[in-house]
Amino acid sequence: MPNILMPALSPTMEEGKLSKWLVKEGDTVSPGDVLAEIETDKATMEVESVDSGVVNQLLVAEGTDNVKVNTPIAIVLGEGEKAEDIEVAKTVPEPAEAPVVAAENGVDPAAEKTAAAPKFEPASDPDLPADVEMVEMTVRQALNEAMAEELRRDKDVFIIGEEVAEYQGAYKITQNLLQEFGPERVVDTPITEHGFAGLAVGAAFAGLKPIVEFMTWNFAMQAIDQIINSAAKQLYMSGGQVTAPIVFRGPNGVASRVGAQHSQDYSAWYSHVPGLTVIAPYSAADAKGLLKAAIRSPNPVIFLENEVLYGSTGEVPKVDDFVLPIGKARIARAGADVTIVSFSMGMRYATQATEKLVAAGVDVELIDLRTLRPLDMDTVIASVKKTGRLVTVEEGWPQGGIGAEISAQVNEQAFDYLDAPVIRVTGKDVPMPYAANLEKLALPHVDDVIAAVNAVTYRS
Amino acid sequence: MARRAVATKAKTQTNSPQFNKEQELSAYHDMLLVRRFEEKAGQMYGMGLIGGFCHLYIGQEAVVTGVTMASKKGEDAQITGYRDHGHMLVMGLEPRGVMAELTGRAGGLSGGKGGSMHMFSLEHRFYGGNGIVGAQVSLGTGLAFASKYKGDGSVSIAYFGDGAANQGQVYESFNMAKLWNLPVVYVIENNKYAMGTSVERSSATTDFSQRGQSFDIPGEQVDGMDVRLVHDAAERAIEHARSGKGPYILEMLTYRYRGHSMSDPAKYRSKDEVTKYRQERDPIEQVKARILSEKHATEDELKEIETKIRAIVTEAADFATNDPEPDASELWTDITISA
Ligand SMILES: Cc1ncc(C[n+]2csc(CCOP(=O)(O)OP(=O)(O)O)c2C)c(N)n1
Ligand SMILES: [Mg+2]
Repeated sequence: MPNILMPALSPTMEEGKLSKWLVKEGDTVSPGDVLAEIETDKATMEVESVDSGVVNQLLVAEGTDNVKVNTPIAIVLGEGEKAEDIEVAKTVPEPAEAPVVAAENGVDPAAEKTAAAPKFEPASDPDLPADVEMVEMTVRQALNEAMAEELRRDKDVFIIGEEVAEYQGAYKITQNLLQEFGPERVVDTPITEHGFAGLAVGAAFAGLKPIVEFMTWNFAMQAIDQIINSAAKQLYMSGGQVTAPIVFRGPNGVASRVGAQHSQDYSAWYSHVPGLTVIAPYSAADAKGLLKAAIRSPNPVIFLENEVLYGSTGEVPKVDDFVLPIGKARIARAGADVTIVSFSMGMRYATQATEKLVAAGVDVELIDLRTLRPLDMDTVIASVKKTGRLVTVEEGWPQGGIGAEISAQVNEQAFDYLDAPVIRVTGKDVPMPYAANLEKLALPHVDDVIAAVNAVTYRS
Repeated sequence: MARRAVATKAKTQTNSPQFNKEQELSAYHDMLLVRRFEEKAGQMYGMGLIGGFCHLYIGQEAVVTGVTMASKKGEDAQITGYRDHGHMLVMGLEPRGVMAELTGRAGGLSGGKGGSMHMFSLEHRFYGGNGIVGAQVSLGTGLAFASKYKGDGSVSIAYFGDGAANQGQVYESFNMAKLWNLPVVYVIENNKYAMGTSVERSSATTDFSQRGQSFDIPGEQVDGMDVRLVHDAAERAIEHARSGKGPYILEMLTYRYRGHSMSDPAKYRSKDEVTKYRQERDPIEQVKARILSEKHATEDELKEIETKIRAIVTEAADFATNDPEPDASELWTDITISA
């Protein structure tokens, strides 16, 4: 039987007072017998015997203050044990202190912890046949096709959300899905975001592949606990056992004239969270290829669409199975003078600014991030090394935004290549106002992007 | 225990509560004001003067009118969702201030920064104007908490829809409200649809008045198209709450004539259903018919009321059209208070 050690009442307790012995030397004790009372400034506790034996020696006197946790306080001998066998154990070091001691001895305690985070290597976009037919369609149609194709391909995929079935989607993204796949796979819910998001995560734990539509991402704030605490962390918490293959999607960002509670950009919020994949496409082709990839992903994916972009059109390749790689930025225009990085709706401002700048003789390189987590910094860094100048564009708030993150990483990885400080073009640092004039002021503009490019290229 | 009234039969009830002349005329005035105001707002939306979402209260006027008549104006707090114009008008907020908020002008109740869904008045104890479905239920419960804490004798009235009634925080609030006997009246405006989803398609049980049963909160189902019944039930509920007995639930059976918001394909219900409500159950027509048959007023006198209301609405619309937009500097105000 081991020594009786001074116990800890809480993980943070370092020492305490041995206030009272309830046994004396020579007593016979059985499991559950109270041996002593100890106390700290916060609590008191009884020390119980775990085994049976005879109290051989009390090592610490009653009333002793500042007894360190894990100090031997008594020796209890089990059957056949002799006091001499125990002697060595009296000098047992204090395990709780061990790491600190090691550090003081010049060993870096962080060394074994800081194995580098593994680097994510995204695939490249698939090569398309040279004569591939391109079909013009809206982002809305592209998203709808992506879901229809994946619902056809995998019977574990289903879609759930408010007004997704009979109403055909509040923004008509799920048009005709109910008709083709029926009410078991296209499920209308009550207005209970926290509940149905949690339900869908649970269904994903059990092997289904839910697509959760939020009418807008504003309402997903009701459900953000299930998204982050349940979906994002599950794989890690379960040591890799339980996966949550789920897509949360819906319109994100600024919508026109709907005021503070219905108009904001969640890109930075979700991109902050390890365990999530965050996708925010701009073009119709990317919307289709990336939504299909998201649905096939074994990870929880946040898929941020944009209401304003739903009606915009683009060319989508007509191939059997058009799936794009997650985590790969797209160089929308190659150039040598300045890098503009954006995503989703920001790309509209960035694209228009680029057209004007190119016309004015500035050779812009425009990068569409497409995925916000994992962030394709390799593409951004390579570009900055070439141009030496960087402007980021997003609709969201500046503090802790996507631009802030990119700027920080460029600072760390390519500082010496910069010829000018990075400039972020963002939404203003205010809740979204309703009045038309104020709303316009709150948003980033094409002219803001041009002004930023002029500033980093010292053209103004 | 919870009890129910047989609301759908209210019209044929013999001993239904009656209004005196003054009450009838007051209810008529308030409901008509809301109706004409909302019609104007719909028109202005069509003209592009109002942006974003605009949820009209047409058809539901008796609910807020009857409840507000039973409340202490300026003392009892009220809070609702985004379908909020009617609540403000009946509570006595300036029509021009409401309309100018709809058009996003400096003279709007929130200085143009809130919009249709976000208006407030501390003076009238109106706490919005909330865009997130169900949020007002917890907030309204908090207003009641403050009332009890301060002991000021006020009651909090929290309105929410049949769709909102399925949000989790509603039940978290019910539990706390009864646990601490908070002076709150929950008014569920059951207009049969949450956007395109009928009550039957969203709710395991559709008698919302009984949703407080497991918390021991009494509830009544009320014909929300008859302002007298609304008023009668609201008096009972508010008295219950004010006397310290805790929360009370009123399910108002009502109907919205217009789409959920301005853009609504309305394929989820039949034209006949809408027509039937308008022709047979209209809350304003009911009052009007009684006023005339009881000879509380003549046709001409009612016309006069209508003319006055039209003038108020026209004035509000003109103001809301011509008032300037907020000054650009307002973008940066009201974010935090600098201490
Ligand atoms: C949390 C949340 N989810 C979804 C929405 C979108 N939405 C706005 S109103 C509405 C329907 C609400 O219906 P109901 O509660 O019956 O009120 P009514 O519109 O009929 O007055 C929905 C789904 C929202 N505003 N907030
Ligand atoms: Mg409703």
